Amino acid sequence: MQYIQLAWRNIWRNPRRTIVILLAVLIGVWSMVFLGALMRGITVGMVKNGIATLTGHLQIHYPGFHDDPSIENRITNVVQLTETLSHVLPDKSRWALRVRVPAVAANARHSAGVTLVGVDPVTEARVSFIGGAIKMGKYLSDEDDHSIVVGEALLKTFNTKLGHKLVLMSQSVDGEMVSRAFRIVGSFRAELMSTEKQYVFVTRRSAQKMLKLRKDITEVSILLPDVNDVHRVREALLNALPNSEYEVLTWTELLPLLTAYLKLYDQFILIWYLVVFVAMAFGIVNTTLMAVLERIREFGLLQVFGMRPFFILGEVLVESFILLIIGIAAGNALALACIFGLGKSGLDLSAFAAGVEFAGMSRIIYPDLQLQDWVMANLVVLVLGLVVSCYPAFKASRYRPVEALAYA
Amino acid sequence: MGVPIDLKMAWRNVWRNPRRSLLTIFAIAFACLVLVFMLSFQFGSYETMINTSVKIYTGHLQIQAKDYQEKRDIRLVVSDPKVIEKHLKGIPHLQGFTFRAQAFSLVSSGKRTYGTLVNGIDPKNEASVSRLKSLIVKGSYLSPNDYGTVLMGQLLAKNLRVGIGNEITVLGQGRDGSIAATVLRIKGIFRTGIDQLDRSTMYIPLNCFRDVYAMGQAVHQVVMVVDSLSHVLSVKRQLAGIILHLSADPSLVVLDWEELMPGLRQGIEMDLISGVVFYLILILVVAFSILNTFLMAIFERTREFGVLMAIGVTPGRLMRLLFIESLILTLVGIGAGIVVGVLVTRYFQFHGIDISGASDLLTQFGITGRLYPRLSYISVASGPAAVLIITSLAALYPTLKVRSLQPVKAMETV
Repeated sequence: MQYIQLAWRNIWRNPRRTIVILLAVLIGVWSMVFLGALMRGITVGMVKNGIATLTGHLQIHYPGFHDDPSIENRITNVVQLTETLSHVLPDKSRWALRVRVPAVAANARHSAGVTLVGVDPVTEARVSFIGGAIKMGKYLSDEDDHSIVVGEALLKTFNTKLGHKLVLMSQSVDGEMVSRAFRIVGSFRAELMSTEKQYVFVTRRSAQKMLKLRKDITEVSILLPDVNDVHRVREALLNALPNSEYEVLTWTELLPLLTAYLKLYDQFILIWYLVVFVAMAFGIVNTTLMAVLERIREFGLLQVFGMRPFFILGEVLVESFILLIIGIAAGNALALACIFGLGKSGLDLSAFAAGVEFAGMSRIIYPDLQLQDWVMANLVVLVLGLVVSCYPAFKASRYRPVEALAYA
Repeated sequence: MGVPIDLKMAWRNVWRNPRRSLLTIFAIAFACLVLVFMLSFQFGSYETMINTSVKIYTGHLQIQAKDYQEKRDIRLVVSDPKVIEKHLKGIPHLQGFTFRAQAFSLVSSGKRTYGTLVNGIDPKNEASVSRLKSLIVKGSYLSPNDYGTVLMGQLLAKNLRVGIGNEITVLGQGRDGSIAATVLRIKGIFRTGIDQLDRSTMYIPLNCFRDVYAMGQAVHQVVMVVDSLSHVLSVKRQLAGIILHLSADPSLVVLDWEELMPGLRQGIEMDLISGVVFYLILILVVAFSILNTFLMAIFERTREFGVLMAIGVTPGRLMRLLFIESLILTLVGIGAGIVVGVLVTRYFQFHGIDISGASDLLTQFGITGRLYPRLSYISVASGPAAVLIITSLAALYPTLKVRSLQPVKAMETV
């Protein structure tokens, strides 16, 4: 206790110097925590968006469908599958049965490749983004047979609007090209324009009718109450389902690029922490060194009075520790204030809409402070800060009392 | 003698406490090193991205009918490309050009059908503009006399379950609204690494395309490559002048790569801006780290300054002396940082940086293999310049403090 009191007083013997180094630590820690949270926010936004864009936490297909999304690879025993799902999945899991196949959309002016998604309107709305994304018109309802919901961007490229017809062409189960006309009843907005251009939604029943699927589907998308359970649930599903008829994939496998992004960001955040820390470390060493060297005589005197070199080392380290703690606390406080202030509105990147799209990011970024980043940032500064302080501390303890007293 | 006395004094003062000065110099050098390397790294990856995108998708410049870029309507054409070709010959810095036409169609093999973007290309000129020829992984590239042959993306071929020599049928709509249908034989399979392209594009000879889609002599794009990015704007201006005088197509426009790929430009801007934010924070941390050195150098010498002033050194000269001291520290640090930064960057410029684990990701942005940083005057100078400005500001604060010193009082301090 005496140590801390001694250290505390020593720190404030030169307040200006202390404040300057505190500012360096503060800015460093602030940037680590705040910018770290912003970067994490980018990835969290991407993951959320990726999972909501028809991925889910888990998907079940016929083996090979993920690689080759053709109607040949379809699930035929839907009854067996849904029964297994209701047994195996944890409570509060939600799932949606879908027909998803590549198709061509055409009207009199334009044609383009799209992905035809046949959904059960009510269950789908609770699993993927589409439920909350309707911008104009209305969402599908179960009785709709010839209704289609398309993205805003698709309306624009096809130069069409609600109420007009859109013809879909795709391959039926017997390999024939089939086409069916739908009426556009609603349009949706998505985070990414490519999503708006890619997906068109019809009811599962009309998709099945068009593709002559009878009751067959191509995929099940599952949302778990806790995303950390995916691997456990996947194992359970694999055990319960015949593996020759089903493949079960997690979102990390379904979105490999996103997973690569996450890894890249992890590395980047760590490098950023280290770079900022090194910049800070020069200041910490220099300041501590100054504080030590101008007190060599004093340390000598303390030794004469019986203080062991080891205690001098400790005393200097405690001073550094206090400095670091104050700087870290202030930096965290400022960072938390910034995160909280930005938490509601988020950082709007609409000015770079095309660039955001290019990088696959969300238009608005919400800072997301994750425990691991937060702990990491603070540990890096505190632990490495103490490590570099050892150098001046050793210096201070190595003088012999007589030498030290003679030190001018 | 040569060296002014102030400079000499400042130099000696700096080395009165070598350890402290060195630490300060290291801090500045470290910041400069990081900045030089990172900026070169960013510029290098931007250049790779721009060049590969330009060579795969768009070229540096295109002449198109107005609105074609957005609507992709087969009827929006450049109706007489031969006339434009005549004008292109004399333009300096223009490295190559080619004509392209595009239509969305259904492509079927015996078993499968997919919607595909069919491109009509001039095999010979295309090779001077795009990398397509070098991306062939199976079979061979189109030859000038080919007709009824097709180059297909690897994923598309996989999805259609076809290989070299197999036939596919194409069904679409011609420029005049008629049905466009033909049978094509697969001559080559290409792989760009960008999934979206590999999954949904194919290339057929332009003359074949014109016949199938009833295009007559028309095309959709005149694609041009310029010898360097810096000449794009001047060539664009000349092209704009040329198409103004063409009477056949009153509504042609010239688009540069930034307009053709707005996402790429904004993505780069965004990356650069976020980089600048990071760098400024880094410099700020360094500035506060070294501010103490500047401060201390002055406060522990208060007595000395008192004496100097008492023997007639004006406060102005004292300030100058101190500022020179800080400047020496800063400049030595910056110099060292630039030298080491350039060396490190040059090493990686030759050997490349392996971003392991992210290569699948980067290929989607057109970056294949390793990343190569690229030194330029801007990447070497701008970071250290910012360091110089900010540390000079930091040095100014303690220097100004000297002004308020009273000689007698100053000499009393221990």
